[in-house]
Amino acid sequence: SSLAPWVPVVGLEIHAQINSNSKLFSASQVQFAAPPNSLVSFFDASLPGTLPVLNRRCVEAAVMTGLALNCSINKKSLFDRKHYFYADLPAGYQITQQRVPIAVNGSLSYSLCRDNKMSQMVTKTVRIKQIQLEQDSGKSLHDDTRSQTLVDLNRAGVGLMEVVMEPDLCCGEEAAAAVRELQLILQTLGSSQAVMAEGQLRVDANVSVHHPGEAYGVRTEVKNINSMRFLARAVDYEIQRQIEELENGGTILNETRAFDSKLGCTVPMRDKEGKQDYRFMPEPNLPPLILYDAKSLPANMNHQQVVNIDWIRERLPDLPSVKRAKLVEQYGILPEHSFTLLNEDGLTDFFEKVVNQTQMKPKKVIGWILKDLLSYLKQHSLTVQESPISSSLLADLLNLLETKVISSTAAKQVLAELWKGDGKSPLEIVKEKKLELIEDQKELEEICQAVIDGQENEVIMMVLG
Amino acid sequence: GGLRLQVSAALREGRVAPTELCQSCLALIKSTKFLNAYITVAEESALKQAEESDQRYRRGQPLGALDGVPIAVKDNFNTAGIETTCASNMLKGYISPYNATVVQKLLDQGAVLLGKTNLDEFAMGSGSTDGVFGPVRNPWSYSRQYKEKSVPKSSCEDKECEWVIPGGSSGGSAAAVSSCTCFAALGSDTGGSTRNPAAHCGVVGLKPTYGLISRHGLVPLVNSMDVPGILTRSVDDAALVLGSLAGHDPKDSTTIQDNFKPFELPNLTDVSKLSIGIPKEYHAPGLSSEILALWSKAADLFKDAGAKVIEVSLPHTRYSIVCYHVLCTAEVASNMARFDGLEYGHRGAMKQSTESLYAATRREGFNDVVRGRILAGNYFLLKQNYENYFVKAQKVRRLIANDFLKVFRSGVDLLLTPTTLSDAVPYPEFIKEDNRTRSTQDDILTQAANMAGLPAINVPTALSERGLPVGLQFIGRSFQEKQLLTVAKWFEKQVKFPMIQLEEVKRHDHGVFQHQKSASFS
Repeated sequence: SSLAPWVPVVGLEIHAQINSNSKLFSASQVQFAAPPNSLVSFFDASLPGTLPVLNRRCVEAAVMTGLALNCSINKKSLFDRKHYFYADLPAGYQITQQRVPIAVNGSLSYSLCRDNKMSQMVTKTVRIKQIQLEQDSGKSLHDDTRSQTLVDLNRAGVGLMEVVMEPDLCCGEEAAAAVRELQLILQTLGSSQAVMAEGQLRVDANVSVHHPGEAYGVRTEVKNINSMRFLARAVDYEIQRQIEELENGGTILNETRAFDSKLGCTVPMRDKEGKQDYRFMPEPNLPPLILYDAKSLPANMNHQQVVNIDWIRERLPDLPSVKRAKLVEQYGILPEHSFTLLNEDGLTDFFEKVVNQTQMKPKKVIGWILKDLLSYLKQHSLTVQESPISSSLLADLLNLLETKVISSTAAKQVLAELWKGDGKSPLEIVKEKKLELIEDQKELEEICQAVIDGQENEVIMMVLG
Repeated sequence: GGLRLQVSAALREGRVAPTELCQSCLALIKSTKFLNAYITVAEESALKQAEESDQRYRRGQPLGALDGVPIAVKDNFNTAGIETTCASNMLKGYISPYNATVVQKLLDQGAVLLGKTNLDEFAMGSGSTDGVFGPVRNPWSYSRQYKEKSVPKSSCEDKECEWVIPGGSSGGSAAAVSSCTCFAALGSDTGGSTRNPAAHCGVVGLKPTYGLISRHGLVPLVNSMDVPGILTRSVDDAALVLGSLAGHDPKDSTTIQDNFKPFELPNLTDVSKLSIGIPKEYHAPGLSSEILALWSKAADLFKDAGAKVIEVSLPHTRYSIVCYHVLCTAEVASNMARFDGLEYGHRGAMKQSTESLYAATRREGFNDVVRGRILAGNYFLLKQNYENYFVKAQKVRRLIANDFLKVFRSGVDLLLTPTTLSDAVPYPEFIKEDNRTRSTQDDILTQAANMAGLPAINVPTALSERGLPVGLQFIGRSFQEKQLLTVAKWFEKQVKFPMIQLEEVKRHDHGVFQHQKSASFS
């Protein structure tokens, strides 16, 4: 290990695919896993003479996201062309917002468990530099055996929100937590479905290390991380790689790297050698994007033709942080419980349904939800929606426990039976397995006596001390 | 009551049928093939359109004044099912799957699309000499007026006599209208590409205000300056075509949203309320004494008729050419980036890598002019150069536009200037200088209007000493096409520019052809 400490610096650029019916500048559909080149309009294929037409829904999605991330929304933003040649970029340029993006200067609060203890949650903030609207590229598949590249333009032109964070993060854990919270926010807003496995959320991580008090080190960019698991590992690996390199007297190249998930390491990307000059130029076919608020909206303007920031703000749903606070307040559960509830798709709903159908206090219900239900689902890789035990079944069981028909040990046995999904009700299982709590004094005495009678030697030993 | 048109009236009254008209035009195109004005003649589809028009007229239900009227379209407009080449190897054989909005509008009015006209490759040039299908010849080269005045280099009877250029880049469209093979043609205008050939070919060339007519389907040269241009034999015709094309297009976000109302041009008799500005900077170096005299004569014409004619100044005029070159090449570099041979068009044979494929495709597909502009444009867009070139040029552009605003705000209604520095030069002389040099020289009087987005029109004025057309240009205020065209029409009436006396036209002298010969269809 080193003599002087190292300060890792991590800045993320996150590309979130906008949840819209059609693409950012054309009317072709947005759909995952469609047959290759079946969702390509003339504009997407860059046919000469075609022009971009801005999709209103994409603008609204970006405004929603900007507001949710506490950004200033720029009432006037501009579109630019970013030029480079690549097979999946038909026009030879991407339309993006480089000069004046739609939203700037926001923040994202996220939580971490200190030392992996859920009970020690810490809230942190990462600054959001900007959010910009831009086109997604198509996909190219390299077929090395036949020395050819296959190009699928279905994704070309799909709307993206690029969320650029300031380099306030320090490690893989923070990166993953921040991205997770962003993902939840986007899903709550509906502005992006943000499913990483479907490429709807992709993360580029800029990583550097330096000694405290010294200037920032040279950074590398780890591109296109498309899974939460890989994100933390990729960032941490890169930090470690840089530290080792520097401690061995080497230097860090300002390069682009990819994460090889099989090998668990980052590798330089062949195609991105050398510095690229993107020759940015204003997009001449799109006028400046003008947004309005209640004050600036002209009286005679057709409100179908404009995007009103205040109107969108009024209709924002409760963000995850607000939802969590409400859950804690309403049900008396712990903050870390609320995190877990929101983290699992459908779990909050399930919890609330159970609470509504049982006399058991929410504070007690939560234990069954988080420990018994969730761990089983995780073990069997099931989603909440796929749970063989419905909320009413669980509620029935908890009622039996609450009304002291069974003990908690018995309840766990019943639960184990319910997982089989045989269709039996909790009560039926209790009766079948004779798990009822015995309240009758006489009956209890008989049982105790029977036990003692069968263990005479042990009893004598105990009496003698 | 609609618009009154000579040929339209003839069609409506049944004196001529659309199919007759179409066949006559097609025959004339064949006999004037040496002009090389057309790249593609869409004979089959044109006749079909004419037949459908026939039926509508027989039922007494024509779609409008343009129904059955033969037109031609510059080959940088997309036409569904018909090759769109931009006179480039890059798009040879490219069959567009859609119609440009302006093409669709004309077809919806029942116009008969005869074919696609020749141009400089990708509209880069001022002579229509730099396309892969060869140069276009100015029909006036074969006019009696020119032959009488010109001293032949060698005794030659045939078409290989020293012919003159038609101007560019919409030379094919201008030649098509000038030789009477169609009644109207679409061109494009980025730095003068409609007005310049209009002046050399003796036809009306209108550059509308930027944002008035949709560019959807027009293969772009400079997106922030391009406009579809209209070429006709009379100002009334230009107004008619404008009326059918102008208006907001949701597919083109740079078109204005305001409702456009087609207008009929009044017969202006009293010009005493007009204020005509004569910009002194347009007395440019190289302006022929002949044109200078004509310009002066035109100014006097207005003065004598009671209009106020004053000298004005557009001080930044001399910077506009270099400014234009920076902005034009930058946009060209960007717009041409899509030609990689993957999705459409020419594809090179290299298989080693994507990069080598791109390089081969673009080297083979583009001519030197295009490649030169791409290189220059990329240079100006480099990060280290962007501020000094591109941004600076945009700032100067703003100054140029402000020059016009100031002048118009001071009470001037229209500006009167020459369109070209001289009449058309013979082809061998023209090609002595390279494309860039020629463009620099020839665009000087026209491209400031593109920088400022203003409407401008060339009106054929008189024949030069060599018997070739010379035109003058009017530049108007933004979206004030009605005023611009009204004054242009008055001027047209005063100067009475002569009809071209083309041998081919004489041979086809019968009733139908009278309509073609006539100056206008409106």
